[in-house]
Amino acid sequence: MEEERERIEQKLRQRYLGEPRRREGEEGKPRLDRDTMALRVAREFEDGMVVNLGIGIPTLCVNFIPAGRQILFHTENGALGFGPIASPEEVDIDLVNAGGQFVTPKTGMSFFSHDESFAMIRGGRIDVCVLGGMQVSERGDLANWLLPERGIGSIGGAMDLAFGAKKLIVVMEHTTLDGKPKILDKCSYELTAPRCVDLIVTDIAVIGVTEEGLVLKEVAPGWSAEEVQALTEPKLKLAPDLKEIELM
Amino acid sequence: MPANKVVDGFDGAVRDIFDGATILIGGFGVSGGCPSYLIEALSRQGAKNLTIVGNTTGLGRELKKMVAKYRVIPDWHEDAGLLVENRQVKKAIAAFPVSASPVLVAPFEKQLRAGEVEIEMVPQGTLAERIRAAKAGIAAFYTPTGPGTIMERGKELRVIDGRKHVLEYAIKADFALIRAYKADRLGNLIYRGTSRTFNATMAGAAKVTIAEVDEVVEVGELDPEAIVTPALFVDRVVVRPEEGRTRIVQRIRKEEQL
Repeated sequence: MEEERERIEQKLRQRYLGEPRRREGEEGKPRLDRDTMALRVAREFEDGMVVNLGIGIPTLCVNFIPAGRQILFHTENGALGFGPIASPEEVDIDLVNAGGQFVTPKTGMSFFSHDESFAMIRGGRIDVCVLGGMQVSERGDLANWLLPERGIGSIGGAMDLAFGAKKLIVVMEHTTLDGKPKILDKCSYELTAPRCVDLIVTDIAVIGVTEEGLVLKEVAPGWSAEEVQALTEPKLKLAPDLKEIELM
Repeated sequence: MPANKVVDGFDGAVRDIFDGATILIGGFGVSGGCPSYLIEALSRQGAKNLTIVGNTTGLGRELKKMVAKYRVIPDWHEDAGLLVENRQVKKAIAAFPVSASPVLVAPFEKQLRAGEVEIEMVPQGTLAERIRAAKAGIAAFYTPTGPGTIMERGKELRVIDGRKHVLEYAIKADFALIRAYKADRLGNLIYRGTSRTFNATMAGAAKVTIAEVDEVVEVGELDPEAIVTPALFVDRVVVRPEEGRTRIVQRIRKEEQL
């Protein structure tokens, strides 16, 4: 009972305080942490873009906007152009993002109803959406909502975002907690949307989804293309300018 | 349209909600924007076999206490989970019926596993549009969200402009319980921040719309250019007690920090 309680408390800390998860059977090779993955994703944001961030690692991207770029953040629950995550002193219960995190006000922000928010999404007004993923297939199908071990899940706003955003970036750990590939020939879980992913950023690689298949563009420091391939089910093509992920 | 929609007390505001009613519940799943006092009154009123429609199915009281250790949840916060705990719900139409976290097993998930409640899961944008469609007198619409997924099953598909679409129907509801910031006596509403969310979408989308607000002001005090929900979408307005008002919540928060 006491053990169960501590496990629950730990999960809550991971969820709400961002405490890192310990991964079982992790070998010595260092992988990117959640912040560094978010940093890499945020480099894709160009000046003036409208960006929607999903729950989890995606929300961290707000902390890593490249200098000199103005990004307009959109959240499904009806706000555009809000500021970074609020400190405890700044909490306003009427100012949250879709992950339920409190955010800060910013000059020029606006609020709108839920139907209008999804009019923006379906209407093609979101330049980039960043979502977490459980599985991504060779052709860019995404599965990220059904929790297979529980046989249940919540679609939330992910499906509309996956169908509606101009560009979809999936950020996730490269393998499952027990070391199995999450990038697969074909997703075995229920899909969020077919053929929707444009770019995959993981803790060991950056992979583009193209008509010709998956293209390995970058590898984490210390990782070779062969090592990344060994943890990826579909065959990866190597980008002509394959390079290391820059950490700074 | 009556010139004064303000009713006295939450119990009176929900008195005529009947067994088997379909109820839109506003908010997003967090404290801001949740019609907590109306939900609490409905739990006391006791109507059963309800179909609830909203983004989430709520945490309920037990989980709320746990989560409150890690994020700001005011004491007065109640969500749809209270109605589920109270066995008043037979079905939910929701985008986020269960938590992504395996440890946050809310009352709805427990009852779902036991086969005691039904779920109709709907992508959030489709949910918002199905509610908006009902408000706008639109029977159904084709949306590009869903083809090639579980969401197309049993539904009519049609290719429009070279893209597959799914036919989705309006959600017809009996009552909408919503949270707004201020109202005037006519029922014009304004909201605050991200608390607008599903509340403004649901206002006017049911036969009867009941709004809980912080404050009722004189007619003319709300800037007509800034009114979000025009009065004709609102049937009843009821005012929160002092401790549930945003200004007070923010002040208490500040004092806690000092």
